[in-house]
Amino acid sequence: MSDERLTASEALKLDKAPLNNQETAVEEMVSVYPGKVSKKRSKHIIIRNDQPNQPIEANVRTVPGIITQRHCAYAGCKGVVVGPFGDVLHITHGPVGCSYYTWMTRRNLFMPREDGKNFMHYCATTDMQESDIVFGGVNKLRQAIQEGYDTFKPNAITVCATCPVGLIGDDIQAVAKEMTEKLGISVVAFNCEGYKGVSQSAGHHIANNGFFKHWVGTADEETPIEGFTVNLLGEYNIGGDSWEIERVLKKCGIKVVATFSGDGYYDDTTRAHLAKLNLVMCHRSINYMAEMMEKKYGIPWIKVQFIGVQAFTKTLRKIAQFFDDPDLTARIEAVIEEEVAPVEAELAPIRERLKGKTAILFVGGSRAHHYQDVFADLGIKTIAAGYEFAHRDDYEGRQVLPTLKIDADSRNIEELHVERDPDHYNPPKPEEVLEWMKAEGLIGKYDGMIPDMGEGTLVIDDVSHHELEILIKRFQPDIIGSGIKDKYVIEKWGVPCKQLHNYDYGGPFAGFKGAVNFAKDIDMRINGPAWKHIATPWKKAK
Amino acid sequence: MLEATPKEIVKREALRINPAKTCQPIGAMYAALGIHNCLPHSHGSQGCCSFHRSHLTRHYREPIMAATSSFTEGASVFGGGPNLRQSINTIFTVYNPDVIAVSTTCLSETIGDDIPTYIQQAKEEDGYVPEGKYVIHCNTPSYVGSHITGWSNMVTGMVKYLSEKEEPKQQLNVIPGYVEPSDTREIKRLLKQLAVDAIVFPDTSDVVDTPQTGTYRMFPKGGTTVEQLKRTGDSVATIACGLFTSEQPAQALEAKCQVPYQVVDLPIGLQATDRFVQTVMEWTGAVPPEEVEDERGRLVDIMTDMQQYLYGRRVAVYGDPDQLVALTEFLVTCGMKPVYVITGSPVGKRFEERVHEIVKDWVPDAVVAQDADLFYLHQLIKNDPVDLLIGNEYGKYIGRAEDIPLVRFGFPILDRIGHSYFPTVGYQGGIYLLCNILNTILERLDRDATDETIELVR
Repeated sequence: MSDERLTASEALKLDKAPLNNQETAVEEMVSVYPGKVSKKRSKHIIIRNDQPNQPIEANVRTVPGIITQRHCAYAGCKGVVVGPFGDVLHITHGPVGCSYYTWMTRRNLFMPREDGKNFMHYCATTDMQESDIVFGGVNKLRQAIQEGYDTFKPNAITVCATCPVGLIGDDIQAVAKEMTEKLGISVVAFNCEGYKGVSQSAGHHIANNGFFKHWVGTADEETPIEGFTVNLLGEYNIGGDSWEIERVLKKCGIKVVATFSGDGYYDDTTRAHLAKLNLVMCHRSINYMAEMMEKKYGIPWIKVQFIGVQAFTKTLRKIAQFFDDPDLTARIEAVIEEEVAPVEAELAPIRERLKGKTAILFVGGSRAHHYQDVFADLGIKTIAAGYEFAHRDDYEGRQVLPTLKIDADSRNIEELHVERDPDHYNPPKPEEVLEWMKAEGLIGKYDGMIPDMGEGTLVIDDVSHHELEILIKRFQPDIIGSGIKDKYVIEKWGVPCKQLHNYDYGGPFAGFKGAVNFAKDIDMRINGPAWKHIATPWKKAK
Repeated sequence: MLEATPKEIVKREALRINPAKTCQPIGAMYAALGIHNCLPHSHGSQGCCSFHRSHLTRHYREPIMAATSSFTEGASVFGGGPNLRQSINTIFTVYNPDVIAVSTTCLSETIGDDIPTYIQQAKEEDGYVPEGKYVIHCNTPSYVGSHITGWSNMVTGMVKYLSEKEEPKQQLNVIPGYVEPSDTREIKRLLKQLAVDAIVFPDTSDVVDTPQTGTYRMFPKGGTTVEQLKRTGDSVATIACGLFTSEQPAQALEAKCQVPYQVVDLPIGLQATDRFVQTVMEWTGAVPPEEVEDERGRLVDIMTDMQQYLYGRRVAVYGDPDQLVALTEFLVTCGMKPVYVITGSPVGKRFEERVHEIVKDWVPDAVVAQDADLFYLHQLIKNDPVDLLIGNEYGKYIGRAEDIPLVRFGFPILDRIGHSYFPTVGYQGGIYLLCNILNTILERLDRDATDETIELVR
């Protein structure tokens, strides 16, 4: 039954365009810009055709003044990858704002372990003052780390830099090293100053490097963990997503060793090198870690997709295929059978109310792709989509990686040189098998968003406020998936907006139960009664 | 919840935990939204702008527009002049505001970007500023003061760039302080009741509380117009509400256009509102109509009707200094005991002295602190608990940890609705605020009652 529907949803995606004015819309988008800007932005917008490879410009600097959705490297590092570790104290070295705005605003939930350590609800900062800018802030940072340790006794401490830190030359790496030795716990510093790179993306890379260098593989244990072990990479437990994923994985007999970083726990990451397979959810934010772990420890990775019944089912089968164990495969099939039927029963009536609707998605670096599946499951076609800060490989697939040139704005982000670890390189299968799997695209592959988008759809990178307005006016979508800054702009147009960063405080949306939550949410948002009352009755009557 | 907070208070010198303030530019952005047809612009790396827009959006559940210079590493080293000039071009070409209001971040402040020169260049060399359009600016280094400093700096920027002295007019300027759109609306209503011609600036009503009409307007109908801002130089006087936010721009206006000013507390609660009304009366000769006196009387009526629930109740208040001064006085007027009064803004001894002056005989051992944080407040509460918390949303964690009810008041409130629609200033605002406090207390009495002692009538 589910396979039939899979075909249906895929057919929906490949549908011929229902709209015939894409060119006009694109023209409207770019023609108002000053000359050079117009030319630049044209490269970030494509109308999907029938060709498999359509290049798009991405991961380049933002046009000043254009009203971007984008954020900074600090947000990508502290806000996204570093912050979710809940038993770790995160100290922001900078003036008060950066720490304040990342205080519980991203919904990466955390459950304390046996030691009870939980610092999620705390916001810690050196709160730099003018004198720190003038005379340097390292003494204050050193003192702050000591005070943080004395107060909380966390399992580790991170220090994240903000804009002025790099400019005034505070050597936070040296302080971290010194304090690691002094306190006997890991203190890791991240030079994620906001101006680095062109977006959040730089921060992801910086965070990956820091954790890979200082945490992964540092546990004393040597022996691989028994059973089907995986790490969840690039899953941040927004609204409880990773709890639902782990619930199902556990039922299948798959054990999660470490998660980067949702519901993340320091000790787990130190043992991450002992897992047999890495599951990459958000390719953009964590592919560096996946690659480095593969090189150093021989752990292969697969791209997974937990959003939507079809996608989650596919992912579970992909895991089964990798481990290639008859018991595991049987168990996974049994779990799918058990889980999918009740979910499908709940989805069926909702699908009736939603089929034929259209969606536009603009989300960070992965969900604009992932959520197309769950919308398709509901019969909703995505007619335009784009990322804030993804790179070309997220749009076009990893095969373009060798052709990518790093431009001047991103050149200073460190590329770690990683080599095979002579003691801990321990691939889970014979190397020739893994090589074959790679050649077959069974591991280490991500095809990107563009190939999944139907002909005639629009793909727009780093969409501006102006461009979004044109899309709303010209295409009148039934729903737009976006973030908090856009939400009320969109809804003032009378178009419902689903926040796909914070889920509008709901969730989980991943996994089987998440798919039901999501369907109910979208149904409510599109079919709720309030939209019908926007026009005043006495004006309507005229 | 917050289990890692120890009871024992150890003095911290370097680590700020759970701040009761945020950084300057968000205040500047909020102030700039109080100008009609204005686009705030953040001169720094784009993260700040996104954070500030997001936070204001969460607080108001409204679109919050602003642009940014989107610094890269190169600009951070060689200066952000080209970024700002390009921004000005893009903004006027694409979005067409009447005013661009530029604030800075710790990035552009640390590298020492010279904003007036860049604006001049954009205007004269590049021709990027169309006829009749304005680019104004203020410096808002995040490592100085707090968000209220940023607000104050931007309002001062409005005065410096726009206020002009032409012909004296029988009108009053009112700088309402860093308050909600509902509060500005209420202040305007009160002035209208008093039949006073006034320019209230900045004014975010009808900007961050717009109606749902099915059509988005990038520049909503609200905001003080450029014309009004220019005419502030012709007024009889400026009433500056809130010492810590509004005095600086009022001073600047006096220096520039010789308009005298008077600082009053934010008109929150009975006595502060009385003084506000009396100040307006003194400057304009206005006589409050009966309806104002009736509103006042209704507020006092609630105070006398319900004093048994208020009297002696221990309260912890935290937030922005101007709000705290007025709120503390109101609580004392109602017979409550503000035992902890905490602001994160580093506003100096003046704050502590002022609050101590208000509470002196009534709560002699009150702990009043500026430049402090919510971690410290929580520790105080652990040592000697309170009955009620009044402050922004961040207190909800303390409330949950210690099982103390919270009345949401101030900025930000991200998890409830009402602050942008119901005022807390004026007599009417006092009624709303006091009902909110009372109902929270009564809710708690009901929750704590047994089946035998729960009351039908309170």
